[in-house]
Amino acid sequence: MAWILDDSRPIYLQIEDLIKANIIAGVYQPGQKLPSVRDLAAEAAVNPNTMQKALTELERSGLVYTQRTSGRFITEDVSKMTELKEQIAREQIQLFLKNMEQLGLTRDDIRRLLEKEWKEES
Amino acid sequence: MEQLMNCQGLTKRFGYKTALDGVNLTLERGRIIGLLGPNGSGKTTLIKLLNGLLAPTSGTISINGSAPGPETKKIVSYLPERTYFNSWMKVTDILNFFCDFYEDFDRNRASDMLRRLGIDENERLGSMSKGTKEKVQLIMVMSRDAQLYCLDEPIGGVDPAARDYILQTIITNYNENASVLISTHLIADIENVLDDVIFIENGHIRLHASVDEIREQEGKSVDALFREVFRC
Repeated sequence: MAWILDDSRPIYLQIEDLIKANIIAGVYQPGQKLPSVRDLAAEAAVNPNTMQKALTELERSGLVYTQRTSGRFITEDVSKMTELKEQIAREQIQLFLKNMEQLGLTRDDIRRLLEKEWKEES
Repeated sequence: MEQLMNCQGLTKRFGYKTALDGVNLTLERGRIIGLLGPNGSGKTTLIKLLNGLLAPTSGTISINGSAPGPETKKIVSYLPERTYFNSWMKVTDILNFFCDFYEDFDRNRASDMLRRLGIDENERLGSMSKGTKEKVQLIMVMSRDAQLYCLDEPIGGVDPAARDYILQTIITNYNENASVLISTHLIADIENVLDDVIFIENGHIRLHASVDEIREQEGKSVDALFREVFRC
């Protein structure tokens, strides 16, 4: 099954985000070996150069590391994962706040609605 | 490493009609390149010139340092827009043909792909559907260890599931010394597997850029950009 990608952003950025999401969701466990570039490219139905570029970006951010002969692995550094999780949460919150502002809600309105929602959930 | 293909001032005229007009183009190795343009823009003419099926009116083509001829045919694998196999032939006949013709043909790879697509090697071409014939032909072409694959409309006639398999084949056969040039109208289907795109219009190269560049600069897909550039 090809990975779901949208039209507007460069594909390697989307691949990078999907792999990050998989790391956080535990689909890829800390220290786990990643499939080869070719296999990942085939799985995602994207070009191998694109997959390579996405993995290089992930390496640069320290989430993935390469062992010269044996392949690519997910980092075992838990602080990196926490950092990533917080970064993604922050992006989502900013997006949420922006959407709420477009609806014309003030911070107080947002807080009130959030608390109402939490109350109903529990 | 040297360029895989370079053409300079490449022009092809058919009588009063100019199909290609002074095209300068370089293809690097290790890329999957989409050759995109409206009907009659010169895509097939360019591919036929690369394969020595047409002679240029003027200008030069160099593939791995040679002009199109026996040397380049050893390293260029060509999928024509139309099938050229005779209908009395069985798939095994074609396999033998390709083994004889091309040193770089990998029979096992071909048999494996035929099996995956459920094609019987003893079946005659004449009794196959158009789509199945196209699959057979593409399998033959992709089973060579060529340096340049020229695929003229490879996915037009096959169903979406086979299309996915064909794209998978292109991805998994990828190697960094070889490039694949794909001409097609079905941009959205192949966009994610392309490194670069070439837009061609009335025999001129309109744009030669990487897919990432287009998405970064235009904020839209190649398919959307194509529709905008070539709006009728």
